[in-house]
Amino acid sequence: MSGYKTIEEIEKEIVEEFSLFDSWDDKYEYIIDMGKKLQPLEDEYKVDANKVRGCQSTVWLVAEYRDGRIFFKAESDAIIVKGLISMLIRVLSGQSPDDIINAKLNFIQEIGMTTHLAQTRSNGLLSMVKQMKNYALAYKVKNSTTV
Amino acid sequence: MKEAATIQKGINVYAVRKQFPILNREVKGKPLVYFDNAATSQKPQQVIDALVNYYSNYNANIHRGIHTLAEEATAAYEATRDAVQKFMHAALREEIIFTRGTTEGINLVAYTWGRQHVKEGDEIIISGMEHHSNIVPWQVLCGEKKAVLKIIPITEEGELDLEAYKKLLTSKTKIVSVVHASNSLGTVNPVKEIIKAAHEAGAVVVIDGAQSTVHLDIDVQKMDCDFFVCSAHKLYGPTGVGVLYGKKKLLESMPVFQGGGEMIKEVTFEKTTFNDLPYKYEAGTPNIADVIAFKAALDFIQKTGKENIRLHEDELLQYATEQLQQIPSLKIIGTAKEKVSVVSFVIDKVHPQDIGILLDNQGIAVRTGHHCTQPVMDRFCIPGTARASFAVYNTKEEIDALIKGLHKTIKMLS
Repeated sequence: MSGYKTIEEIEKEIVEEFSLFDSWDDKYEYIIDMGKKLQPLEDEYKVDANKVRGCQSTVWLVAEYRDGRIFFKAESDAIIVKGLISMLIRVLSGQSPDDIINAKLNFIQEIGMTTHLAQTRSNGLLSMVKQMKNYALAYKVKNSTTV
Repeated sequence: MKEAATIQKGINVYAVRKQFPILNREVKGKPLVYFDNAATSQKPQQVIDALVNYYSNYNANIHRGIHTLAEEATAAYEATRDAVQKFMHAALREEIIFTRGTTEGINLVAYTWGRQHVKEGDEIIISGMEHHSNIVPWQVLCGEKKAVLKIIPITEEGELDLEAYKKLLTSKTKIVSVVHASNSLGTVNPVKEIIKAAHEAGAVVVIDGAQSTVHLDIDVQKMDCDFFVCSAHKLYGPTGVGVLYGKKKLLESMPVFQGGGEMIKEVTFEKTTFNDLPYKYEAGTPNIADVIAFKAALDFIQKTGKENIRLHEDELLQYATEQLQQIPSLKIIGTAKEKVSVVSFVIDKVHPQDIGILLDNQGIAVRTGHHCTQPVMDRFCIPGTARASFAVYNTKEEIDALIKGLHKTIKMLS
């Protein structure tokens, strides 16, 4: 399958989309909108094993390895977190384990959403990025040991 | 002109606000509305000045030095103890122990009195509305001693079920540790009645005054609690300082908590004799600067007038409650008859975190989450609440801003 965009290309797209907004309200409205449109996770996946522990909102994350790429699905009980998740999935889902491990995710800073990665937010987003990278690492190790 | 010796009736909130430099700042381009006072209050200029003055003019280690700076620092440090004694109406100055905060005070009692007296099969009673700080130390103690932790249930209004409490008391009850005012519900508990019943059963009582001390008159003698704990930073004072009040005969009979400097009389490798109260429980160099600045916070409260502060906060609480109730999808969690100025609420189909983020985006600081009282959230079957808590410097205009902010938040999320 071809036609995959690189992580950097997708990040650039998102930054360009956000550059259209000049107020924080508009940015948040856009994130809320993305949150609403995020495909809901099937109930069977909403189990403790898939929970990414955060202090306030709950995030469930599942990963699937297919054809050398990792595909993510996720959901949260808080809408803004859902919007942020939706962007992470857009950027990281369908990428190779190596690219996911090395992704710097600078777009989060460029669109002004670093506060959501700060420790104080404790919203599970930082844990989710870590968890996505952990999945990538796990599949990479698994592949290198079985080959 | 000389300052009036008597406290003026009522406060001019705008004059009060001028004493808090942080209130001039903006957040996200909007004037800061600070409604997270139950987490920590802002500091008046005189507290900030006291800190700077100490470090600029008489920074020294206390109690041991015989030079001028050490004397000045010791005098200022001990002056705070006198001020706290007066503030809480303790009988003796040595009943006031400085700690790092409320949490350390509770742990101190659990590790000393608790370890000394609680035995297998004994019981400790706490309530269903305790902060994690007043749950975990007792859980640890119960685990270690094979004792039983019993919980006073909460009613739908967010009050303690006193009938149930009285049934929990037995001859095996060693400690009752309850919160004076709930940080997540605002409820003021009838501590006098709770203490009296505990004493009749032969238990000692710890009162967690983290939230109450800034709002209510605290008289530990009238209350007749055995221990009372609070934190300076919720009292317009600096972080890193707390107070443990304990009845002298209990404090004297308890084993030491931490060993080190300050708390000893004589040390040889064979034997150490411990210092008298209060120093017995103040091992190591204490938080001198912040203890000294804490007095400036108490002075601010005295000068403003506790009664005046209470009346102002009550007015804010009532106004906020009325205004919030007019939002149809909003439900207030905690509707006790007697409350401190804390309003916790949930909004239909909205996660509290989204409320917090979108209010912050409008310059309004509220707390969202479980407020370190997860059992309270479980009791009301909610993941958390948004909480607005008011201090002496807050205004009705700020509450209007919150209401406007909430309407906007709901609109953005729907």
